[in-house]
Amino acid sequence: MSLKECYVSLEGDYEDVLGRLRSERLVQKFVLKFLNDGSYDLLCRSLESGDYGEAFRAAHTIKGVCQNLSFTKLYASSNQLTEALRSGWSQKAAGLVEQVKQDYEQTVAAIRELQKETGA
Amino acid sequence: MGKEQEFKQKILIADDSEMNRSILADMLESEYEIIEAENGVQAVAAIQEYGVELSLVLLDIVMPEMDGFGVLEVMNRCHWIDEIPVIMISSESGSFHVERAYQLGITDYISRPFDALIVHRRVVNTLVLYAKQKKLAALVMEQIDEKEKQSNLMIDILSHIVEFRNGESGLHVLHIRILTELLLKHLVQITDRYQFTREQISMISTASALHDIGKISIPGEILNKPGRLTKEEFEIMKTHTSIGAEMLEKLSFHQEEPLVKEAYAICRWHHERYDGKGYPDGIKGDDIPISAQIVALADVYDALTSERVYKKAFPHEEAIRMICNGECGTFNPLILKCLQDMADTLRDSLNSGDAGQTNEKELQDILEEKLNPGEASASERTLQLLEHERMKYSFYASMSEEIQFEYMVSPAMLTLSAWGADKLNLPEVVMDPIRDSRITDILKAEDIEKLGEIIRNSSPKDPVIRYDCLARIGGEHRWMRIVVRAMWSSDGEGTYTGVIGKAVDIHESRLQLEALEEMASHDTLTKLLNADYAGRQICRRLEEEPDGRYMLMLIDIDDIKTANDSRGRLFGDQVLVHAAEVLRQNKGDNDIVARVSGDEFLFFTRCDSDEETRADRLISALEGEYQGFKVSACVGTAAGEGKKTDYDRLFQEADKALMEAKKGGPGQHRTSRIC
Repeated sequence: MSLKECYVSLEGDYEDVLGRLRSERLVQKFVLKFLNDGSYDLLCRSLESGDYGEAFRAAHTIKGVCQNLSFTKLYASSNQLTEALRSGWSQKAAGLVEQVKQDYEQTVAAIRELQKETGA
Repeated sequence: MGKEQEFKQKILIADDSEMNRSILADMLESEYEIIEAENGVQAVAAIQEYGVELSLVLLDIVMPEMDGFGVLEVMNRCHWIDEIPVIMISSESGSFHVERAYQLGITDYISRPFDALIVHRRVVNTLVLYAKQKKLAALVMEQIDEKEKQSNLMIDILSHIVEFRNGESGLHVLHIRILTELLLKHLVQITDRYQFTREQISMISTASALHDIGKISIPGEILNKPGRLTKEEFEIMKTHTSIGAEMLEKLSFHQEEPLVKEAYAICRWHHERYDGKGYPDGIKGDDIPISAQIVALADVYDALTSERVYKKAFPHEEAIRMICNGECGTFNPLILKCLQDMADTLRDSLNSGDAGQTNEKELQDILEEKLNPGEASASERTLQLLEHERMKYSFYASMSEEIQFEYMVSPAMLTLSAWGADKLNLPEVVMDPIRDSRITDILKAEDIEKLGEIIRNSSPKDPVIRYDCLARIGGEHRWMRIVVRAMWSSDGEGTYTGVIGKAVDIHESRLQLEALEEMASHDTLTKLLNADYAGRQICRRLEEEPDGRYMLMLIDIDDIKTANDSRGRLFGDQVLVHAAEVLRQNKGDNDIVARVSGDEFLFFTRCDSDEETRADRLISALEGEYQGFKVSACVGTAAGEGKKTDYDRLFQEADKALMEAKKGGPGQHRTSRIC
């Protein structure tokens, strides 16, 4: 799977990210790095322990990273979750957490395919 | 070029996401040195550490520990924001955030997702803008410097012409200028009566060079007459004051220039005296402009300490003494105080030879006074000096194996040297340390409280404090000596702002001290405790366990005198050592055995009943033969409960019982019960 195909699979905007970061090498480097980013784990952990302030920051970080990498789909759900968590826990936030989890799995699955391809 | 490559400008990236940091770092690291911080506290620590070495901060808003706004607030409070530009990068797009960030002094705001080229361009623009501003300031300074140099040069030439006729070296004018400047600077420090800006002081010092221009009209024979002037000649000489003033008055232009006005006053009145006995006008007190009063004193001092056609030079101390004694006329007491306060500085400045030119630092100060009236701000050069000091400090800190630290009151923050942080297994920055359990694990709360109290009670006059306490480091309790210096703000209010200090491990030396104490507490012959030390230990034991019942035995070895007399003193000592050994063998873990004096020993033990048997057992143990000498002992015992008696009482009772025992002959025992 090529980088471009990876973006199709995770429903991101490849043209946009390439336009901003200007180098395919850089984009690929950071996309692969996304696998090691601890924010998602932090989000899950803090939701479990009920620390919604920390959960807000984690969601905010995921949103920022997705924005930088033009992961359009995950950005959309993490952005909504961030805004929901800004005012604390709610039924709405609970639903959005599920959406973010789903989108995150989709994104990570696509990147793993890319990783296999590049042998990294 | 080469230099630029070696010395990259530093950029601090503060963002909690490692991804975001590395995207930014990737774009910038080829041209700049990147420093990273993953939360606000680390960012503040980095800014504190690197100071103005940082050329730019890229700051995220939402971060743990302390957010971006928190960082900006600290940067404002510490005035860092005036020197270090900040670009905020955030996905918070609400105008509230943007507006607040600008209010807190950021230079630029970049929204996520960002375009690599735009970020790069904005970073470069910001750096260039700041560099330009600094360059411009330097340029203005250079121009002021140049202008001042030229006008000083003209004045120097002019006054040199006057002195040349006078047969003087030209040093006089230079000296007057230096002395005037130093005295004036000190004067404004010790009194509010006269107020001059640094610029005015510099102007008056320049004007002082013209004080003798009137001498140009005095005939050479009078000016250079080696002997005493006649009355008529002196009258002519005196006119140099009014003639100089007149020359300035008749200038067809520049009449309104402050320099000309000051020079007029100085020329005309630099021979007036505070009591009105000077010339040409005989005015007195503060009717004489202060500039002329100062130049008058400077003129007298330099005349005394220089060789002239009619006199030898007086030494510095002699000149000061003569002036203060009123031998050269009366001066304003405040100016005399300046002369006395500044005596050493005056001599050194005149001797150093490089004085007289306004130096770069002063120019800078003048410029800043103009740019920021009323507000002090660090100049580029000051910052360079600070930077130099910071480098020196961190170098020494890394060399010395000491825990060095800095504590800031607001925001409450402890910064440790790298070595210290490693040693204590702490991060280099700890926020709110007094309530942090990692700190209270190391130092006992009562020590922290006590230390805080001592620091708050210290004063700027005596700001250094030493405090020894036990600290838990790496699971081990060790004696540490904490030396701190309290810091106060320099804004005149003297607000307590924190401390700098270090903690040194004194465990080994402390143990050594204890070992020395141990040595001092033992008898050299028998190696048993000495009486003093044993007494203190017994007191402590009685206090610690007052419910116990104790017995104190005083043991007297019989007939030691016979042993000494018949077989020599050395043998007598051997018998005592032997007896001490027997006592030691009979001593339990918590018993105390000591040599009280000569042939008398002490045995202290806890004994809940039947002290008679214990004493008898000890007597039998001591009884025997040592190298043909028959050893025996008398024992006097006192016993009682800890809370009902004390050491002195026990000792006295045992002593009495011993006397009784000795009356009955060798090997006797008596007991005295206290209860």
